[in-house]
Amino acid sequence: MNEDTIVAIATPAGTGAISVIRISGQETFNSVDKFFRGKKRIAQADSHTIHYGDFYSADGLHIDDVLVSVFKNPNSYTGEDVAEISTHGNPIITQKIINELISLPNIRLAEPGEFTKRAFLNNRIDLAKAEAVSDIIAARTEASFRGARNQLDGLLSSKVSELRAMLVNLSSYVELELDFAEEDLHFFKQDELLKKVDSVIIEIDTLLESYSFGKIIRDGVNVALVGRPNVGKSSLLNYILKESRAIVSEIPGTTRDIIREEVSIDGILFRLFDTAGIRFSEDVIEKEGIIRSRDTVFNADIVVFLMDTTQGEANDLFKELMNLTNPEKIIRVLNKIDLNRNCLIDSDVRISAKTGEGIEIFFNKLKEKAIGSDYYSEKTAVVTNLRHYNCLRKSRENLISARNSILERMSGEFIAFDLRNAELSLAEIIGEVTSDDILNNIFMKFCIGK
Amino acid sequence: MVKKFDVVVVGGGHAGIEAASVAARMGCSVGLITMDSRAIGRMSCNPAIGGTAKGHLVREIDALGGVMGQLADSTGIQFRMLNRSKGPAVWSPRCQSDRKLYSQAAQSLLLSISDIEIIEDSACDVIVEDSRIVGVKSRSHGEILCQALILSSGTFLNGLMHTGLQSTVGGRFGENASVGITESLDKLGFEHGRLKTGTPPRLKKNSINWTILEEQQGDKKPQPFSYKTDLSKFPSLPQLSCYITYTDQAIHKILEKGFSESPMFTGLIKGTGPRYCPSIEDKIVRFADKERHQLFLEPEGIDSDLIYVNGFSTSLPAEIQLEALRKVRGLEEVEMIRPGYAVEYDYFPPHQVDLTLETKKIQGLYFAGQINGTSGYEEAAAQGLIAGINAALKIQKRPEFVLTRSEAYIGVLIDDLVNKSTDEPYRMFTSRAEYRLLLRQDNADRRLMKKGFELGLIDATAYEELIKRENLITKSIDFFSNTKIPPPEIDLILQSKGMASLESPETIAKLCKRPELSLAEIINLERIQSMEISKEITNDGFALEQVEIELKYEGYIKRQLDMIDKLEKYEKLQIPLTLNYLNIKNLSNEGKEKLNKVKPRSIGQAMRISGVTPSDISVLLVYLKK
Ligand SMILES: Nc1nc2c(ncn2[C@@H]2O[C@H](COP(=O)(O)OP(=O)(O)OP(=O)(O)O)[C@@H](O)[C@H]2O)c(=O)[nH]1
Ligand SMILES: [Mg+2]
Repeated sequence: MNEDTIVAIATPAGTGAISVIRISGQETFNSVDKFFRGKKRIAQADSHTIHYGDFYSADGLHIDDVLVSVFKNPNSYTGEDVAEISTHGNPIITQKIINELISLPNIRLAEPGEFTKRAFLNNRIDLAKAEAVSDIIAARTEASFRGARNQLDGLLSSKVSELRAMLVNLSSYVELELDFAEEDLHFFKQDELLKKVDSVIIEIDTLLESYSFGKIIRDGVNVALVGRPNVGKSSLLNYILKESRAIVSEIPGTTRDIIREEVSIDGILFRLFDTAGIRFSEDVIEKEGIIRSRDTVFNADIVVFLMDTTQGEANDLFKELMNLTNPEKIIRVLNKIDLNRNCLIDSDVRISAKTGEGIEIFFNKLKEKAIGSDYYSEKTAVVTNLRHYNCLRKSRENLISARNSILERMSGEFIAFDLRNAELSLAEIIGEVTSDDILNNIFMKFCIGK
Repeated sequence: MVKKFDVVVVGGGHAGIEAASVAARMGCSVGLITMDSRAIGRMSCNPAIGGTAKGHLVREIDALGGVMGQLADSTGIQFRMLNRSKGPAVWSPRCQSDRKLYSQAAQSLLLSISDIEIIEDSACDVIVEDSRIVGVKSRSHGEILCQALILSSGTFLNGLMHTGLQSTVGGRFGENASVGITESLDKLGFEHGRLKTGTPPRLKKNSINWTILEEQQGDKKPQPFSYKTDLSKFPSLPQLSCYITYTDQAIHKILEKGFSESPMFTGLIKGTGPRYCPSIEDKIVRFADKERHQLFLEPEGIDSDLIYVNGFSTSLPAEIQLEALRKVRGLEEVEMIRPGYAVEYDYFPPHQVDLTLETKKIQGLYFAGQINGTSGYEEAAAQGLIAGINAALKIQKRPEFVLTRSEAYIGVLIDDLVNKSTDEPYRMFTSRAEYRLLLRQDNADRRLMKKGFELGLIDATAYEELIKRENLITKSIDFFSNTKIPPPEIDLILQSKGMASLESPETIAKLCKRPELSLAEIINLERIQSMEISKEITNDGFALEQVEIELKYEGYIKRQLDMIDKLEKYEKLQIPLTLNYLNIKNLSNEGKEKLNKVKPRSIGQAMRISGVTPSDISVLLVYLKK
């Protein structure tokens, strides 16, 4: 297999300062040498060196001056011979170069994720790391990049390996007592065994909890801005975006449709939804808007309930809101404090969408609600991937079953059975138990060239 | 005249006995080469059959039509079901055997099979043409021709015995080593290694102070290994007790004095010893914080004057052995008839055989027993049976016989040997069987007898009985799963056990899942008792036990079955035996080498080869798809 040499653009589509074309496989260096004129032939170059030169088409036309980076197997991303050609960032240039390359026999366009798949197949990275690569590529904010990076660095893998080792160790004691019935072996009392199982469950719980945070890293946080007409929802959104995307006006009920914007605050992706300033019921005329607002609130991770100093409290609306969503999700914000600094309305944070007063505090409140306690550090393993999450849950279920067996004083082989299943579920995370379904599933998600 | 057989078996140990008898019963003419016909069936080490996981093997051998179970039943002097306090999956039958009677029973059994000729001789060379076995050379009979050759030579291949710094050539106390086979196999390109095993000293019975020792009796209601054994005449021999005593720190000190003269610690022994059945000196070193080790004093037979010291296997100098033994409680004035010794022997790392135990290099050549790196009579017998069956099948051009890991411990054993190879003596454990909850000793007949019948090794009456019982089991499970007990009917029983009354009627199956309730108790309820099916099942203790286990552990059994289903697809993904792994570029180097050595039949098997990584498997999957 992998007889083919593959090629693809490794940088995002479109016009950038430079583009990088990546080539991997046996024919890499020979292929590049067919078109590249530099001081040295690439096939003769040392690994991890960069070469300046010109790239010509097969009919001798100059396409671009380029830099070629050389990585020889096995010390490359894929574990094969790899070259990366940096060109000027023009899609026409990159397309031409790729066309020239794939006109050769044995070299073709890479399929989505194929570079990483080869890296995995060549033992360069484990499954969790491979998935991290796909996450990094999809990462839109700094924090999500960090989350994926952290996984790529193997934090999750090493945590999972550690837990596996704990389970294997535990099972081996249970097994010893079963298999050496003739000897007087007793390793654990019931409560000790229970304690050990519990300690693994706790570790798994921590990982499972990190998923909500991991999910935030991956997918971002949905924030609904709600409140009576004219309280300044659109103004607040605009202030945050620092651009006039939503229409701000003095006529109440300006915003009829939901407006959605994404912002990154300290690396966390927030998806802000500006709703029509209305109630969630009664108003017949704006029925359509009401339904949309309700949906927005329903799907929101955080609901910003906006009031202003001029209109007074909006208790009726707030009550309705409480029925629609988990009160935990709500942040009450008092706007327009520049107009009435002494306003007595109760709120979590006081701001002015006009002057920007209190906005920093508001941001902190948002982050706090999004991440919860700040247990996350760069050194903690974070679960950002649904497949990993499900494996952990399965493992946990088995451990709970083991726990019950211990409490019911079931014989060791039943406990061992659950422990083994728990261990296998963990093994699935790092790909110790491979199934081609899992593999295909994972590598399908890549974009071409990675 | 040149002797000529369908099958020749070399070695009359536990593997050889099964191989010879099964091949003959499948219609082959068999020559059994042994250096001494009186040594057939000799137990070289402990006078016992079965034990954890090994008992399972014996039950399986029996269900397939092998002979070990019957031999053990007829010569046992103590029967115990080990692990009784644990769940049914790890119950393991074990018996103490009369060493002399066992060997005699084995000999008369082989003599009673007319198609077996016993040849007293020593095999010294294999004869091969075009990578196919055609015969074997022996010292005094010269060439003996055959279509299949089964090597089950135990510890005799270049056997070397050690006690202290003294070493003697030989495969067992007082018996010669076998020389020539290893060398001739080497020439054919086989790879061999060296292993060691040991045996404890034998003591004089009436020199032991029995009265102060802890006695261990057999089970009150002993259970035989074999389905054939008539319960009304079982056990046939008088039953004896074993006795328990312990070493202590002072004894460990004495033994340590001998370490400088230990063939193990001084490097005289090159072979790897068993981690799981360690010598006493090994135990002292490895479990340094353990203050004492348990010793079992086991009778060697009814009229034998010898006592076997289980747990005291050693190759230290004889004087040290005796000095230490005399410090053991009850052995203060003991006389040692024969010191313990270690024996080193050649084995052939078993990745060189296929799942049928035929070697991958030479057609018609089979390895069984310690030659494959296993330890234990039961492991050997299981392999002898499989090798014998497959040799006969191959000669008769019938399809091969392979048991899977989900079918039998025997399947686990051979699959492990082939895929994981082994560089220390391999012993069976229940933990090696991932489908342990299904592979129980109690259901060995239900799992395997049909296969034995199809091979012609189980007679029709036994098989019909099995089918009848199977129907009864199915019918009963169905009945118990659909019959509800109203609360008042069972209230008394629940109360007597301090359990709360039922709130609504519950099925018998569900009630039976409660650990406090036995199926028999529920069936005993007046209304249920009078039903036809209750009478039927109560009359068949075996079926009743099966039903109870299946009901009680239904959840676990189902989960195991699901697991088998899930992995089945990998077992079904065939790999052509001709596949050249060296040409598959993306395989890791170790993966390539291991896969090429083992030549797995399926992806499932490939996954189990040690050194083959998950990414190697992915590479294979992708490769095979093309
Ligand atoms: N002085 C002052 N005026 C503000 C502030 N925030 C918003 N406004 C003004 O309030 C008016 C309404 O603002 P919008 O942002 O359109 O209000 P809205 O809540 O989006 O209204 P609808 O979309 O109609 O529901 C505009 O004239 C804003 O300029 C503030 O903090 N201070
Ligand atoms: Mg608005």
